[in-house]
Amino acid sequence: MKKSKSRIVFEIFNIILMVVLIVLTLYPILNQLAVSLSSNTGILTGEVKLLPIDFSLDTYKGLMKESKFWINYKNTIVYTVLGTVIGLFMTTICAYALSKKRLVGRVVILRLIVFTMFFGGGLIPTYNLIKNLNMLDTIWAIVIPGAIIPYNVLLMKTYFEGLPVELEEASSIDGLSQLGFFTKIALPLSKPILATMTLFISVAYWNDWFAALLYLNDGDRYPVTLYLRNIMMGATMASQTGLNIDASTVQSVPEGIQAASMILVIVPILCIYPFVQKHFVKGVMIGSIKG
Amino acid sequence: MKKSKKKEKKPGFTGIKELGTSMKKNTTLYIFLILPIIYFVVFKYIPMFGNIIAFRKYVPGQSYFGVSWEGFRYFEMFLKDEAFWNAFKNTVVLSGISLLICFPIPIIFSLLLNELMQKKFKKVVQSVTIIPRFLSVVVVVAMMNAMLSPSTGIVNRIIEYFGGEAIYFMNDPFWFRIIYICSELWQFVGWNSIIYMAVLSSADQEQYEAAMVDGAGKIKQAIHITLPIMLPTIAINLIISLGNILNIGFEKVLLMYTPTTYETADIIQTFVYRIGLMGANYSYGTAVGLFQGVISLTLLWMANRITNKRWGCGLW
Repeated sequence: MKKSKSRIVFEIFNIILMVVLIVLTLYPILNQLAVSLSSNTGILTGEVKLLPIDFSLDTYKGLMKESKFWINYKNTIVYTVLGTVIGLFMTTICAYALSKKRLVGRVVILRLIVFTMFFGGGLIPTYNLIKNLNMLDTIWAIVIPGAIIPYNVLLMKTYFEGLPVELEEASSIDGLSQLGFFTKIALPLSKPILATMTLFISVAYWNDWFAALLYLNDGDRYPVTLYLRNIMMGATMASQTGLNIDASTVQSVPEGIQAASMILVIVPILCIYPFVQKHFVKGVMIGSIKG
Repeated sequence: MKKSKKKEKKPGFTGIKELGTSMKKNTTLYIFLILPIIYFVVFKYIPMFGNIIAFRKYVPGQSYFGVSWEGFRYFEMFLKDEAFWNAFKNTVVLSGISLLICFPIPIIFSLLLNELMQKKFKKVVQSVTIIPRFLSVVVVVAMMNAMLSPSTGIVNRIIEYFGGEAIYFMNDPFWFRIIYICSELWQFVGWNSIIYMAVLSSADQEQYEAAMVDGAGKIKQAIHITLPIMLPTIAINLIISLGNILNIGFEKVLLMYTPTTYETADIIQTFVYRIGLMGANYSYGTAVGLFQGVISLTLLWMANRITNKRWGCGLW
């Protein structure tokens, strides 16, 4: 079929627009990468854009000496691994049980879970709860309160509901218990959603900083995001005076080091993302269409 | 997200027997639910009832549910507080603009993306624009600081190139809302469009072909075919957005705002955090938080009612 002139103009315009959007999306990330790979004098010229000026690894060498950064980086890894294991386990068993339509009481439980998406305890009652449970300044305050995200349960439940019912009937005739069916048949069939959930949950833990700000006092327990926040506050402080921010949490760090730590926070996510991406686009799509 | 409308028997008191049989048959599944239920009770429902301290005096170290009734004293206090009304106004304005701009753009984006004929390129655009959703809000704000820095940021370099003067974006109450919205768009347009892309890809191609035979142009097709297909999804997303209208990016604002920008940047949640938690005015802060929560829930309920009536679809 022949395309009209206006259609061709539109298509060209559309392609240009999409290219611009890609550039706008990637620019801040690539710019910080370039900054982190520039020498200090190069950074101070303010001319670093997509390519490093006066290429050097000094910022990373400087960051190597920041022991706080590495302690906090290690904490983030520990929180993320532990949180993902607990979160994935809890989300999966919850979603699997709720996906079985024969379960009496299912709808009520489901409603009570969905309700928490729209109404909750708020900041202060939640903080007080963690305090009363003696979880302040422990790893549990970071890992447990966010273990189940209701949205994830709904997404996973929808996926499990899509597994053929006949499968379970057949395997129960073959003498497989419900637990056996879950571990030997349902889970292996659910790799796409498990991969998606692993990405969602681990990213949530990796990126979290607010729980740490609320519940942790000891700087040696901070995750790296909170480290980044604190050096950022230090940089902001330097640009304006008279701010009353707790001086002990603030340290002034050169721009290059800040960029390098940002890059090190981003890189692990960017490494996992391509592998899981094809699964989750499908997973989210299935979840949202069936909704 | 929409909950199934299927009528299933609710286990009222008459259903106890039924529940018992179900439990015997599906013991494993009920065991699966034990830990999640404990989780939701402890970490979601207990704090929900913990809101009671909005009406009670709370003494740290004593009862979690407060020590003595105070009635609506804390509500009267914040309703007279100018700083609260400033935060309230900012919340409404910021989320209003957010809704007007950040809600339709992913829809438009998905329509444009769907028109791309190059399948591979389409995939690349989609994959790239989703990336920012996976970055920590701390990283996003740090990048904003870097891009908008008066001395080294690219935005100010461009302004200076055209003969303008460097702007202190992050310290300027006027710019706060604009940069907030821009960063939201940067981070979430790609992600929020996934769901619309899914709906578009499920559209029936035959309908479009038939329309083309009838001589309907692209715009007519968009109005008569595409839009009706997308409407239920848009409606449901709109309800959720309305329900969350007061819960806008609290963490981001907390990272972005400074005392110089409180005037436009202070929102209800940052107010609760600063005055209630940092200032140890627990009951006062809880009262403000509860006020917000109840308004949100009411908005959600109303939005759902309206879409149910008008389009016959909704969250419940």
